[in-house]
Amino acid sequence: MLDARIPSGAINEHWDNHRTSIDLVSPANKRRFTIIVVGTGLAGASAAATLAELGYRVKAYTFHDSARRAHSIAAQGGINAAKNYPNDGDSIHRLFYDTVKGGDYRSRESNVYRLAQLSVEIIDQCTAQGVPFAREYGGLLANRSFGGAQVSRTFYARGQTGQQLLLGAYQAMMRQVDRGAVELHTQTEMLDVAVKDGRAVGIITRDLVTGEIASHPGHAVLLATGGYSNVFYLSTNAMKSNVTAVWRAHRRGALFANPCYTQIHPTCIPASDEFQSKLTLMSESLRNDGRIWVPVRAGDTRPPDDIGEADRDYYLERRYPAFGNLVPRDVASRAAKVEVDRGKGVGPLANGVYLDFEEALGRLGQATVRERYGNLFDMYHRITGDSPYETPMRIYPAMHYTMGGLWVDYNLMTTIRGLYALGEANFSDHGANRLGASALMQGLADGYFVIPYTLGDYLAPRLGESLVSSNDPAFVETEREVAARTERYLSIRGSRSVDWFHRELGKVLWENCGMERSADGLRRAISDIDSLKEEFDRDLRVLGASSTLNQSLEKAGRVDDFLQLARLMCVDALHREESCGGHFRVEHQTEDGEARRDDANFSYAAAWGWTDGDEPVLHQEPLAFEYVKPTRRSYK
Amino acid sequence: MHLTLRVWRQDGPGAEGRFETYEAAGIHQDMSFLEMLDLINERLVTGGREPIAFDHDCREGICGSCGMMIDGRAHGPQGSTATCQLHMREFSDGDTIVIEPWRATSFPIVRDLVVDRGAFDRIIEAGGYISAPTGSAPEANLTPVPKETADAAMDAAACIGCGACVAACPNGAAQLFTAAKVAHLNLIPQGQPERWMRVERMVETMEEYFGSCTNHGECEPACPKEISVDNIALMNRDYLFSKIRNRKLEGQR
Repeated sequence: MLDARIPSGAINEHWDNHRTSIDLVSPANKRRFTIIVVGTGLAGASAAATLAELGYRVKAYTFHDSARRAHSIAAQGGINAAKNYPNDGDSIHRLFYDTVKGGDYRSRESNVYRLAQLSVEIIDQCTAQGVPFAREYGGLLANRSFGGAQVSRTFYARGQTGQQLLLGAYQAMMRQVDRGAVELHTQTEMLDVAVKDGRAVGIITRDLVTGEIASHPGHAVLLATGGYSNVFYLSTNAMKSNVTAVWRAHRRGALFANPCYTQIHPTCIPASDEFQSKLTLMSESLRNDGRIWVPVRAGDTRPPDDIGEADRDYYLERRYPAFGNLVPRDVASRAAKVEVDRGKGVGPLANGVYLDFEEALGRLGQATVRERYGNLFDMYHRITGDSPYETPMRIYPAMHYTMGGLWVDYNLMTTIRGLYALGEANFSDHGANRLGASALMQGLADGYFVIPYTLGDYLAPRLGESLVSSNDPAFVETEREVAARTERYLSIRGSRSVDWFHRELGKVLWENCGMERSADGLRRAISDIDSLKEEFDRDLRVLGASSTLNQSLEKAGRVDDFLQLARLMCVDALHREESCGGHFRVEHQTEDGEARRDDANFSYAAAWGWTDGDEPVLHQEPLAFEYVKPTRRSYK
Repeated sequence: MHLTLRVWRQDGPGAEGRFETYEAAGIHQDMSFLEMLDLINERLVTGGREPIAFDHDCREGICGSCGMMIDGRAHGPQGSTATCQLHMREFSDGDTIVIEPWRATSFPIVRDLVVDRGAFDRIIEAGGYISAPTGSAPEANLTPVPKETADAAMDAAACIGCGACVAACPNGAAQLFTAAKVAHLNLIPQGQPERWMRVERMVETMEEYFGSCTNHGECEPACPKEISVDNIALMNRDYLFSKIRNRKLEGQR
């Protein structure tokens, strides 16, 4: 049984009680601790900047050429906060409630409440940094609404909210680099964590330009390395996003929680051909003003303009009158799949549904629509050749975000002491489904406001402990394993490229562990993945050397780890005999096709332990819902 | 489509570079430019040759990783479009396409089409921020920002740091990149306390690494985010003022 170390008292006092009772490191002593931060996205950059401001010695690592390129930069729509500026009834409790309900009652109440509390401070912080949030004519901050909420609480910077928030955090970190308080390592990929006596004592990295493998000791290690959507090959994630840092930590003893909780985003541009390398997201904010529909009649291939109102089915508005086009992502995605599977898909490959702005253009005028969504419309136009001002967009769900991740306690510490996971890399806040505009909120809450407090609790008793030397066996042995693994990929000299394996894996996973899962499919997937992994070890071809920039070699390590993760995802999905959030088991649905949870048997976080070569071992963290009573989620 | 590619290959930072020619058959017009390169790379690997190294990540035109000279133009023929958003429908069957890395001494070549743009980070370190330590921020709506101001700051802040402006400039100058960040932060109220120090340090750091601006204006059309050269005028004005303002008196406004 896992202990999340949830503070006592009423939920609205947990965080206050906790941070006034945990140990602190005094200002003069902070410089005696070296903190390693892996990843420089929202969570990593905000943590690195804040910890350096506090006086810790921070070493930050990114595999990009600049810290500003982390994938947080691609988030479009916005960031939630319970400011209640629109005076429409929002509160910390309502944001907490919406997030727990949106997560289909599979998240940890206490963490979510803290997230809702901190949301307010994030907006203040980012505004002070100069993030150019959208404003009203009076100069005050503007809000818009997002899926799964009946209030307007989303702050945004056009369609580039992630970019602007990330640049704010990146700039705050670069200020500390200039001061010498952050030592920034770019083009440096973490390939393992060094563990000694159950504690994380540093990391092993590979310099992507020179190939040098090196050890970096630290008093604590923070992983802010994002999610694993790219295990599906086609996803909205950036091409380099991967699970390696998290997976290597898992193999060293950190439990991996809820790997099967993956989020399919309902509004992406459908694939156009087999060469497609990634899928492009169209922000959920579009659902504020766009109306989703398909033809009433299956196989109706008329152009959208020729299909009259009577022949259109606005299926979300019909099925979910209360929330309409703004139902949560999991509900919207599955509804689209249902229509396409019925033969009502639109577009050349009949693999999409319409997102139509005709009504909004009439109501708001082109200028307002352009101001709200101009950059998204332009992006859509560049990719598809169609203008959304003239014809409806075509959209279809795609892999987008992973709620699963390393299991962490209330302090964000994993089951390896001194090893923390922040942002998308951990599992704690979104349950089985994340609401829109909550990822940015969580990444920044973890980095700016949670870890700066909770880290002290681990470090304070260790005052005076020196760093473990890089000559210690904990480093030397791990470094040797990393070097051997890297050389092995080059020495296989088989016939198939890394991308081939990645594509094959993606097909197996999307088919069997995507929007719908079944016991038969998952069993088949596990066996297919095992064969693919065996083939990978035997027939991979990576050319070139390990002592230079070698992008195929980098990718080989990432795909190797994806193969192992994919298997665990299927094991988790197979064991969870219920449907909840993004995890939809066909065996567990209501008569009208909605997800059927099993609270009696599955109200827990499933945290899996790595066993070398054997089946993973399940540990449970029971979830108690004292403040938001689980009900069947209804958006009708 | 059948295309001929002439691609710059260079094994490492100090190595001698060369153009290599590849035939690209069976290219679909709906493919993106980088998907076309993926396909060529897959064929190179199958044929036992090392793939072409190029930087890329988000493939949505926002991370700023990608960037190459395509037929002598930064990010290629389509305006306001990063390389990753360029699609093959912009080309015709039978075309020969010349692909080179960014051309700028300040961006040394790492390998093939990959360059090191670390000098941009040095400029940001020098002052491309507002000092607002975590926890010290006042309530966000305490300082109203006129919408026009916020919009102008956002226009400048849209820069993705790809380096096309430098690559397009005959002098290899970084004025557009630097000015975009100076304008973003110097326009808004929160940026005022550090306004003069910021522009002074950023401009002087920029000059350490990059060439000088002589108003060619090649940068603006090369920019995938349509950052305006007007920002450079704003930066020049602020830089000039930074040398003559008595900063002790700034609090008197």
